[in-house]
Amino acid sequence: MRLSLVIWRQADATAAGDFERYELTDIAPEVSILELLDMLNAQLVAENRDPVAFDHDCREGICGSCGLMVNGQAHGPVDSTPACLQRARSFEDGDIVTMEPFRADAFPVIRDLVVDRSSLDRIIASGGYVSTATNAAPEALTMSVNKIESDVAMDHAACIGCGACVAACPNAAAQLFTGAKVAHLAQLPQGQVERYERVRSMVETMEEDFGSCTNFGECVPACPADIQLDVIALLNRDYARSMFRVSGDEEVRHKDRRDIPWLSRLRSGPWWQSDPDDQPHATS
Amino acid sequence: MMIDLDQRRAVGEPIHDAAPTGDIRTLWDDHLLDLKLVNPANRRRFKVIVVGTGLAGAGAAATLSELGYQVEAFTLHDAPRRAHSVAAQGGINAAKAYKADGDSVDRLFRDTVKGGDFRSREADVHRLSEMSVRVIDHMTALGVPFAREYGGQIATRSFGGVQVSRTFYARGQTGQQLQIAGSQQLLKEVGAGRLTLHTRMEMLDLIVADGRAAGIVTRDMVTGEIRPHSAHAVVLATGGYGNVYFKSTLAKSSNVTATWRAHKRGALFGNPCFVQFHPTSLPVSNEWQSKTTLMSESLRNDGRVWVPKVAGDDRPPNDIPEDERDYYLERMYPSFGNLAPRDISSRAAKAQLDAGKGVGPLRNGVYLDFADAIARLGRKTMEERYGNLLDLYVDATGEDPYTAPMRIAPGPHFVMGGLWTDYNQMSNIPGLFVGGEASFNYHGANRLGANSLLSASVDGWFVLPWTVANYLAPRLGTEVPPDDHPDVEAAVSETRERVDALLAVQGTRGPDEYHKELGQLLMDHVGVERHADGLAKGMDAIRELRDDFWMNVQVVGHGQQLNQELERAGRIADYLELGELMALDALDRDESAGAHFRSEHQTEDGEALRDDDNWTSGSAWSPPGEDGRPIRRSEPLTFEAVPLATRSYK
Repeated sequence: MRLSLVIWRQADATAAGDFERYELTDIAPEVSILELLDMLNAQLVAENRDPVAFDHDCREGICGSCGLMVNGQAHGPVDSTPACLQRARSFEDGDIVTMEPFRADAFPVIRDLVVDRSSLDRIIASGGYVSTATNAAPEALTMSVNKIESDVAMDHAACIGCGACVAACPNAAAQLFTGAKVAHLAQLPQGQVERYERVRSMVETMEEDFGSCTNFGECVPACPADIQLDVIALLNRDYARSMFRVSGDEEVRHKDRRDIPWLSRLRSGPWWQSDPDDQPHATS
Repeated sequence: MMIDLDQRRAVGEPIHDAAPTGDIRTLWDDHLLDLKLVNPANRRRFKVIVVGTGLAGAGAAATLSELGYQVEAFTLHDAPRRAHSVAAQGGINAAKAYKADGDSVDRLFRDTVKGGDFRSREADVHRLSEMSVRVIDHMTALGVPFAREYGGQIATRSFGGVQVSRTFYARGQTGQQLQIAGSQQLLKEVGAGRLTLHTRMEMLDLIVADGRAAGIVTRDMVTGEIRPHSAHAVVLATGGYGNVYFKSTLAKSSNVTATWRAHKRGALFGNPCFVQFHPTSLPVSNEWQSKTTLMSESLRNDGRVWVPKVAGDDRPPNDIPEDERDYYLERMYPSFGNLAPRDISSRAAKAQLDAGKGVGPLRNGVYLDFADAIARLGRKTMEERYGNLLDLYVDATGEDPYTAPMRIAPGPHFVMGGLWTDYNQMSNIPGLFVGGEASFNYHGANRLGANSLLSASVDGWFVLPWTVANYLAPRLGTEVPPDDHPDVEAAVSETRERVDALLAVQGTRGPDEYHKELGQLLMDHVGVERHADGLAKGMDAIRELRDDFWMNVQVVGHGQQLNQELERAGRIADYLELGELMALDALDRDESAGAHFRSEHQTEDGEALRDDDNWTSGSAWSPPGEDGRPIRRSEPLTFEAVPLATRSYK
């Protein structure tokens, strides 16, 4: 099989980039998209030309390192499949295949097809975890989890953090990524204590770097881990609830009202004289 | 061929005091009492560097940071989550004994010692087994969605090489889930402003100042800046070196550079020849296939391994009648059958391939057949258990394992060898700690399935935080060396010289070509089966290849930019030195043990024949002395809790 690769070349973050065209021959159908780049790079190195820089690592679809736009689609033409597992058999002999870096303001280009995705880690660092100190955990079986709920949590937890959802989104929004983590932890008893602080903090951090979700749904077919749109619904629901709640408890605990921004704003209103917990009925 | 070993290596003093003595069942608890503590208020006065953010590195960094130490974590990836722990599929062992099948801490201990073919340290293995229980508790608390039974309790399954059900799993993505939980804890510390994380930063040297590990030299992979980072202690959790074979189950950027550079600074390298070949990886099908992807061993629970009885049988598998198939694992090892340990399964597969019974277009695989399991359990259960693994196979081969058997072959997978450490996970360089696959102490000559996630977790979360504190406690008030300290300056300038030297060769062959050639040499001579003549030949060939590398390697581009060719060239330069030491260690160890199978040393049945009188020891190599010969020291091993016995999986 023969393919023409049209690839975005950019020397560094500040350089202007451009497309270059390369020809590849003798391609076996099971060669992956990343192996196409290996083949091309071997050819370029033999000609003493700069090889194409691209992120990759495990090459089995789990590390999330690889990510590029192939013919305008994140990771390539096959839905729900990372670039390392997309194969040349998707193309016809003689096709032109265009490869570009993920495009999003939150993912600045470092070189060629390599982008900086640390904005995703900033979202996680702002709340995408359970705060349990090492050695403080109770015996694992003290927490029973319904199998179906656990399976659903696993569905959400499968995110590989590649950023394809952002790259595929016309708004470069990160709702699918953020939603997957929020939904994973909200699904499990371990995640309840910090549930609403988590979602509030993660959404606020997300909005610093990423666009807003307008429900195009382009992220879902691009996602190699099959994360579904319902995580965004859950994200929105929990974010809205987080205005009223501070923990996973179903009831708003009275003494916690002072921490709720929406309620504390009302506190200065005419009918909200004082927090009854702080000042038990100072009658005058 | 006459081989004069003394021309190739020198023998140094044995190592005797690596582990405390006492009752092995209380050893770790007793030892904890002996470990010195750092007052919480003083912890912020210590700086600890952790290299690698996999399961071991993330665990150590997050925990030390929680405790109040100044921690700097380094990864060559763009994000901590990418570390190769993420790719472990099948599960993690723990002696929870959630099933009434006779499991216990002592049984996991015994299985691990026996599985390692009596070449690991008993004390360390017992600790591994004890702490396994806490690892599951901790990981559950962090939100790892371990598979559950319908009653809500955590599910377990049995895994290659054992007869109890003690492997915890999260679908086929156990490593991913543990790794993500670990990197989330790391990022939690970053978010709280307590921990500094450096991404796309590669460690290129260890700083040893005044005899102690005092920092590292890194290259910023984006800007090319080379600079020192000083600390009171350094933890290396940089993974294994199985990628030296080029085609392996490892990630492409897995490398030996961090540990090899530490070795060059004097850290002993333990058992470099102990490499596990995974019996269930994808066979190579074309020149450009970049790896032999692992198909989790858990598949062997429900799959049956076979080849045609007659060599060269070209019929499609489903056309070969039952009585013309050889289910050779079931035939040769009736009690363990398809669950025989990895080394045995790999060797048995290689014997079938050598006998011309290989299947597939290149005749380089054996069948793993699910027909019986699908008939017994139904397709839905199989999808639940192995869905994503089987999808991966369909994708890679275009073949459907639900209707025709899979093809599998042995591939380099895990290295039991690594930097030598004492019971505190500290190398012979004071202040240099090692955890996870980068170290050498738990798995002996062969690792039990689902024990790699375990050893990485135990080291990172439950050993290093205690033992690093013990090292730091008496060092209160000491300063880290300044950038103009002569040892720091020397390490930085030597690193610059090495990078410049790679760029200066200006040869004609890219680094990958050397890597492929080295990988083939190792597969041929230091692979599933080894022989003295081949090892000697391999050593010489690797040395020649290395000389050629430094004369003819071509690194395109310059050093002040993101340059992946330069990164690769540096790693391959180190692999070319490591490869020779692997061959030397395999040549030196004149016995068969676990995954190290010397064809001169086998029983009449073709099983590994240990030489317990001479080789009940671990090797620990010093870098070459003035005469150019590496120096082998040995650590004598004693087996009291699990008496020496010959493994039998018949």
